[in-house]
Amino acid sequence: MNADELSLEGLVAVAMSGGVDSAVAAALLVRQGVPTVGVTLRIWPSRRPADPGERFDSCCSPAAVDDARAAAAALGIRHYVLNYEAEFDREVVGYFTAAYLAGETPNPCVPCNARLKFGSLLERARGWGAARVATGHYARIGRDPVSGRHLLRRGADPRKDQSYFLYGLSQAQLGAALFPVGHLRKEETRRIAAELGLGVAGKADSQEVCFAPRDYRPYLRERAGEGIAPGIIRDSAGTVRGEHRGLALYTVGQRRGLGLGNPRPLYVIDLDPATNEVVVGEDRDLWTREVRVEALNWIAIPFLEAPRRVLAKIRYAQAAAAATVAPAAAGAVALTFEAPQRAVAPGQAAVFYDAADPDLVVGGGTIRRRAPADGAPGREGA
Amino acid sequence: MKVYLDHNATTPLAADVLAAMQPYLTERFGNPSSLHAWGQEARQALEGARTAVARALGSRDKDTLVFTGSGTEADNLALVGVAQAQQARGRHLIVSAVEHHAVLNTAAFLGRQGFEVTRIGVDAEGLLDPEAVRRAIRPDTILVSLMHGNNETGVLFPVAAAGRICRERRVTFHCDAVQSFGKVPLDVEALQVDLLSVSAHKIHGPKGVGGLYIRRGTRMVPLLHGGAQERSRRAGTENVAGAVGLAAATTLMLRDQTAAAKRVADLRDRLEHGLLAAAPGAVRNGHPGERLPHTCNLSFPGLEAESLILALDLQGIAVSSGAACSSGALEPSHVLEAMGLSRDRAASAIRFSLGRGSTAEEIDRVLEVLPPLVARMRRIHAGGPPGRGAP
Repeated sequence: MNADELSLEGLVAVAMSGGVDSAVAAALLVRQGVPTVGVTLRIWPSRRPADPGERFDSCCSPAAVDDARAAAAALGIRHYVLNYEAEFDREVVGYFTAAYLAGETPNPCVPCNARLKFGSLLERARGWGAARVATGHYARIGRDPVSGRHLLRRGADPRKDQSYFLYGLSQAQLGAALFPVGHLRKEETRRIAAELGLGVAGKADSQEVCFAPRDYRPYLRERAGEGIAPGIIRDSAGTVRGEHRGLALYTVGQRRGLGLGNPRPLYVIDLDPATNEVVVGEDRDLWTREVRVEALNWIAIPFLEAPRRVLAKIRYAQAAAAATVAPAAAGAVALTFEAPQRAVAPGQAAVFYDAADPDLVVGGGTIRRRAPADGAPGREGA
Repeated sequence: MKVYLDHNATTPLAADVLAAMQPYLTERFGNPSSLHAWGQEARQALEGARTAVARALGSRDKDTLVFTGSGTEADNLALVGVAQAQQARGRHLIVSAVEHHAVLNTAAFLGRQGFEVTRIGVDAEGLLDPEAVRRAIRPDTILVSLMHGNNETGVLFPVAAAGRICRERRVTFHCDAVQSFGKVPLDVEALQVDLLSVSAHKIHGPKGVGGLYIRRGTRMVPLLHGGAQERSRRAGTENVAGAVGLAAATTLMLRDQTAAAKRVADLRDRLEHGLLAAAPGAVRNGHPGERLPHTCNLSFPGLEAESLILALDLQGIAVSSGAACSSGALEPSHVLEAMGLSRDRAASAIRFSLGRGSTAEEIDRVLEVLPPLVARMRRIHAGGPPGRGAP
């Protein structure tokens, strides 16, 4: 496709991160003759002098822009770099920081997808004539033949499936989304990239959060400063066991860095933002079958009317397990696993897959801390 | 039809300029500092170019003109050169808040070296009050730097009035005339400047060459040290072809400057009036009268400049906005911010800048494409975002 003559009918904007998946996604569209434009979101601050210590060396960094640009050029499509600094800071980094300060473990990829890539990027792209946004996510779109609802399914490669991070997309967003590599396995994606001579074929996959270092704590301290206040560590009986350096620096299930002597290992079992306390317990206290989920987004169904059997994931790197979701007060759901789950972390996403059709995303939401009145964590089904 | 309306960013190289440069890129390759015939030939061309550019600035003394690698380098040389040379006298510098980044960031750099920088503001139309300069000058002020024409809005500064004040107060006065040079008459005596920056690629000359006029007697130290080129003011083997290019471009621009300025202003006005009338909600930024003839800056409140620029690019029309960062993404404009424009107005501002080759057909093409684009974008935005999922 000649970059000069661009028909605007059915134009698709491909979000190109500089990685191989989005490059191949663009390539597949071009191959099908779809009018395509590549865009890279500039999410890092422009005014800060380049700091080699800054994390911005992975997804969507200056070097990544070059890779995306080169891939676009190799495919003969236009490429634009769009300024998303303020929005990213607000919608993703702000969310990330606020979650930790509230004693939760955030999942920044979820709002990035729902609010940025398929939110404001889609909106902006519509402004300049694009009908849809494509990404390199390993996920698949479908359509329910009966209800007409847009469906989301896992990617064909079970090791790369990213449907977990896309549960927040609305019907309108899913209707405008494309995942060209969703039906491929990663090796096929790399093979296509190599065939096309895309330099990124051999590039390593990006890991972890794209904007903060692997150890997020110094980053968080820098951003949240005063919000991180020391407090006490206690056990579920109420006995004070020690001091913590700030709720934001701990995660449920954490064992290291507590500085507590104890005959048996102690783990963080709860973070209480109201009292600024870290609650510790033994391993058995980390296990629960009951999870409270709020801020639901339903995909395969319009909403949950009655209890329903599902396969639920409460973290990305964990297999979905048999459970039941039931409506609870104020639009929340009660997620009850058949088998106890370990270290359920408030702030993480809980995503429900259909029990009969395990690739199909029914919906998902955010795990919230169960208030003491619901029963302290670790008390049920241990 | 492809339309290029970003001449303030850069301009196409004129055929005559390329032709003038060609011999100095090929057979006349000598180093002007060499004694032999090759060197002398190059030297002659270089000095001829120097004379032409100096004269275009109203300077009879060709050695007041130093060739640099860019307008940015000329600005750096002016600011850092004066600051370093005169710091025993004082460490206070005055610039305007709407200078090009080449001046602002150099001033900021000097600020980190222990100099104090005062930034004079502008009004809502981008105009600067010369009395503000007078008020800002202190006993320890050693430099005032004001641009001639603003690169984003085209608004003209009262350089002659400021020059008069600086002369009275014996403060060195630098003028960044990069956007104005060649387009409107400039005379270093009338303007009473001590230093003046120009750039070739803004006037259909090559990239990689600029010039700094330095009045005799101005105390400065060089930025680049090494050989004695440019009378020891800027070391490095001279870019003869570039200098010849700058001179050729200058000659071209001066050929029928008044008529050309009128022609371009008429086209600019046609574009501006047409867009203000046809695009719902469009407003002009910058004083309508006191500005360069080829620049037009309009805001489309409620829309994003980035989206407009992209949409126009997809239709083959090139415009710009604010400044670009190194990745190519747009940055908000410090000029519009200094004018006190609202965030929405600043975020929706588009700069259209015409050049020698701009035609009525091109203007009409923009008038055909942009208003419906604006209308469509407004409709889409009025419809709201595509529906949010869970937070």
